[in-house]
Amino acid sequence: MTRPDADADGSALPVPPSTGFAALVSHGDVRELRGPLLVAGGIEGVGWDEFATIDMDGGERRHGLVLEIDHDLATVQVLESTDGMSLGGIRIRFEGRPLHIPVGAGWLGRVCNGRGEPLDGGPPIAGTATLPVSGWPLNPVYREPPQEPVLTGISVVDGLTTLVRGQKLPIFSVPGLPHLTLATQIAAQATSGGRSFRVVFAAMGLTHADIAYVRDRLEERSAGGELVLLLNAADDPVIERILTPRIALTIAEHLAYAEDHDVLVIMSDMTSYAEAVREVSAARREIPARRGYPGYLYSDLATLYERCGRAKGHHGSVTIVPVVTMPAGDITHPVPDLTGYITEGQIVLAPGIAARGIYPPVDVLSSLSRLMRSGAGENRTREDHLDVAAQVLAAMARARQATELAELIGAGALSETDRSYIQYRTSVEKGLFNQGRDENRTLDDTLDRAWEALSALPENELTMVSTAFLKRYLPARDDRS
Amino acid sequence: MVRVSGPLVEIEGGGSLSMLELLAVGPRRISAETVAVAGTRATLQAYEYTGGLKAGDVAAPTGGELSGLMGPGLLGGVFDGLMRPLSTAPMWLAPGRAGSAEEQTVVAREWTFRPEAATGNTVYAGGILGTVPDSGSVVHRVLVPPGFSGRIDWLAPEGRVHALDPVAVVGGRAVALSEQCPVRRPRPFLSRHTGSVPLHTGQRVLDLLFPVARGAAAAVPGGFGTGKTMMLQQIAKWSDADVIVYVGCGERGNEMADVLHGLSELDDGRTGGKLIDRTVIIANTSNMPMMAREASIFTGITVAEYYRDMGYDVVVIADSTSRWAEALREFANRNGDLPAEEGYPANLASQLASFYERAGRVTTLGGKTASVTVIGAVSPPGGDMTEPVTTDTQRFVRSLWTLDRDLAYSRHYPAVSWTGSFARDGETIGAWHAGNGDPGWILRRSRALALLAESDRLAELTEIIGLTSLPGRERITLMGGRLLREGVLMQNALSVNDGFCSAEKGAALLDLVFDVVDACQGLVERGVAATTIEQSDFGPVLRAREETPPSDAAAVRARSSEVLQRLVALQ
Repeated sequence: MTRPDADADGSALPVPPSTGFAALVSHGDVRELRGPLLVAGGIEGVGWDEFATIDMDGGERRHGLVLEIDHDLATVQVLESTDGMSLGGIRIRFEGRPLHIPVGAGWLGRVCNGRGEPLDGGPPIAGTATLPVSGWPLNPVYREPPQEPVLTGISVVDGLTTLVRGQKLPIFSVPGLPHLTLATQIAAQATSGGRSFRVVFAAMGLTHADIAYVRDRLEERSAGGELVLLLNAADDPVIERILTPRIALTIAEHLAYAEDHDVLVIMSDMTSYAEAVREVSAARREIPARRGYPGYLYSDLATLYERCGRAKGHHGSVTIVPVVTMPAGDITHPVPDLTGYITEGQIVLAPGIAARGIYPPVDVLSSLSRLMRSGAGENRTREDHLDVAAQVLAAMARARQATELAELIGAGALSETDRSYIQYRTSVEKGLFNQGRDENRTLDDTLDRAWEALSALPENELTMVSTAFLKRYLPARDDRS
Repeated sequence: MVRVSGPLVEIEGGGSLSMLELLAVGPRRISAETVAVAGTRATLQAYEYTGGLKAGDVAAPTGGELSGLMGPGLLGGVFDGLMRPLSTAPMWLAPGRAGSAEEQTVVAREWTFRPEAATGNTVYAGGILGTVPDSGSVVHRVLVPPGFSGRIDWLAPEGRVHALDPVAVVGGRAVALSEQCPVRRPRPFLSRHTGSVPLHTGQRVLDLLFPVARGAAAAVPGGFGTGKTMMLQQIAKWSDADVIVYVGCGERGNEMADVLHGLSELDDGRTGGKLIDRTVIIANTSNMPMMAREASIFTGITVAEYYRDMGYDVVVIADSTSRWAEALREFANRNGDLPAEEGYPANLASQLASFYERAGRVTTLGGKTASVTVIGAVSPPGGDMTEPVTTDTQRFVRSLWTLDRDLAYSRHYPAVSWTGSFARDGETIGAWHAGNGDPGWILRRSRALALLAESDRLAELTEIIGLTSLPGRERITLMGGRLLREGVLMQNALSVNDGFCSAEKGAALLDLVFDVVDACQGLVERGVAATTIEQSDFGPVLRAREETPPSDAAAVRARSSEVLQRLVALQ
């Protein structure tokens, strides 16, 4: 494959659109205010998707994006909501281009609001370049298939749903479960090939208590200049949330491809983000698809999640871990559903497992890492990894059936094999899945624990591992013939 | 231009526009297609990011329809939904890139043209003018384009030519090496064939239970995480077609990288080259402009028809048609069309039909028998198989391979459900097998389906009354179902031995399971306890697929006699 343009396009950084947009234009003719939308009239020379700054009479300043141009009308979505605005006394300055932000290492160690303005009392962030927050699609030909495992030190993730550098792997949860604990534990412990990650944390609609928890858990990373926090709290402007992940990803892409860092982006909570998108869509009176969400939610989410990856000729990478709380625990709700179609697998947390005192409460049978097959196994983690993971999962499926059967007909009526599966379930949950909130396990430890759990089963049930691995790794058991 | 809202652009004063006409819009001249004309107003759908477009910008008609440049150099290449090469595009895809016909790397590339006709001959559309030997793993044939016929006034001599250079003059009109094909119009052919010839996919559950005929359409509905993409990639790798067109329509960028990477590494057993050299990839990932995603499906099938007309068997794999339907829906909504089901436009079914019906095994204009097989993935929201795209698709396909979430969760891959799938051509394909040396195919298929159904029924019963209450004969059937599922239907895509399976090995594996079941039934009848049989080691049966080479039926049969001997010893 030839790449004649590799050098011609400069350092292969995101190229800002230089043509097509006009210069700064200013207007005062506001015709309509509706929900988060503002319609300005008498405009000329304003382009679609431009960024706008709105000055109100009292000196307050707000921001917006152009959603539609119709003759001399421009519909602007106001990030901080239109509360307190009136048709008079407003000046709008159109910037002549979409929203750009400064990018560079200056973000590391900073705490900002959902629009990227400092909350930590420091100066505004200065960058080495400015880039549009929506980014550009990465040419698929330049993508390097992700294949280096990310070790999180969490058995159930490393062992069964291995995260891979450049992957997007969401955590599906329900309110009340420790998804933030898990996400922050991944952020704190993750390494790949011995290198640690730069972490960009985008909080959207999180409660102040949750935000305090995140800051506390990741304090070490922040102090070390390895963390960027973008915080949009539950009582912050809703529409601002539409920008928060885009800013986070623009920062991350620059750190990854211009400064060669491995970057982990955590976005929580995507359900709050999607609700902000829905609110704008409803205000525009668009025809809804499912549950009032607009038909373009898939494409919209994809423009965020697809910004993960590795690019040829660059050492850095962007790995994305979004957190999605499923309303009413419904995995078919549009947000988790569309997320699942875009992301490369999912880690599903289940209340029933949390209730049995297991942390992290991962439902291993519904969880999956699609890239695990290229990131685990021989030359990546350990030769037996894929086989043993498949066997643990298959045995869990069988164990679940056996447990249900035992509830119906009583454990006494079960075959001996089924009883061994029930015993296996207890030992795998206690020995492998359950772990401490700060416990960082090595991969060898994780896999050995998996073998230990499997040794509860008769050897002829272990059909998914090769005979050679059985000989090498299966712990000896006294009653094994 | 008077209105811009995402990909929807309205212009005024365009009186002479025709529907589907392509325009260049705004200062960056992005492509847009006419979708509605009312008086002097016209509605356009833009194929790129419309940021910066203003009221008052100019839209210039190009006079043509959306089309792609087809010629040598497609095989092994990666293109976007508008058929612009991605292999030579920059890392970040900003709008305003030139089409193939203006792209220097395409236009400046030299090919060898070898004439196969003679000046003075009279030729018709589809007739052969020459070949290009240095393009991909199949011989590229330069044909008289549709609509051309007459005397060959001039024919280029053997030598080096560029894509846009003329290679012949037919009936007074110049024929270039590469051809601009409108993508929304099917390329003409002479007649459709009846009768079924199977497409061997190398995937046992498909080849043995739910086969697809060459020139038929198949759909793969499945919720996320059910292994849709993995299965399609396996078909792209292993099916016995001449050319594969892989359309990544609104799917993941990493997957496209994976397809590209995987196919570049695998050898093509038939030509000695790499599999990528028989593949054309159309990549319009989910973050690339949405309306180009809508076009990519048609672009892909036009490429397939282009190779079909050269006389090849082509498979088009579209992942995923749901994303394409969503692009239709988004645009219809912005355009203010009244929605039918779930917000989809009322013409969804006819649009789906216009895609799937371009599949076919035909006699080409040049008199060759060739085919386009279409395999489309469907991604039902929430795994809901009653949603419009899934239900409409089922009406237009010959084979349906439904992926089952429960099977996928228990890591049974490929997770093709035997209750939710069908193959309308099963019997005619059986007849083909019977005529081609395998009269047992049809019996094996029906016995396998019956065994699966019976063991499913017994499994449900067991959940109520417990295994030990079942009679021995039934317990063996239950066990037989398990052997069939795990030893034959499951297939490990990553394994060297198991990723591909020849027809003979597939048949041998099925026979192995049937022989074991028969032997066990015999034992039960002679009074051996079912528990004793269940506890014996069936590992050799279950591991046969992994431990014997992909085309080695004899090795499987050798295992069969070994296992049967051990069973006899239980008596």
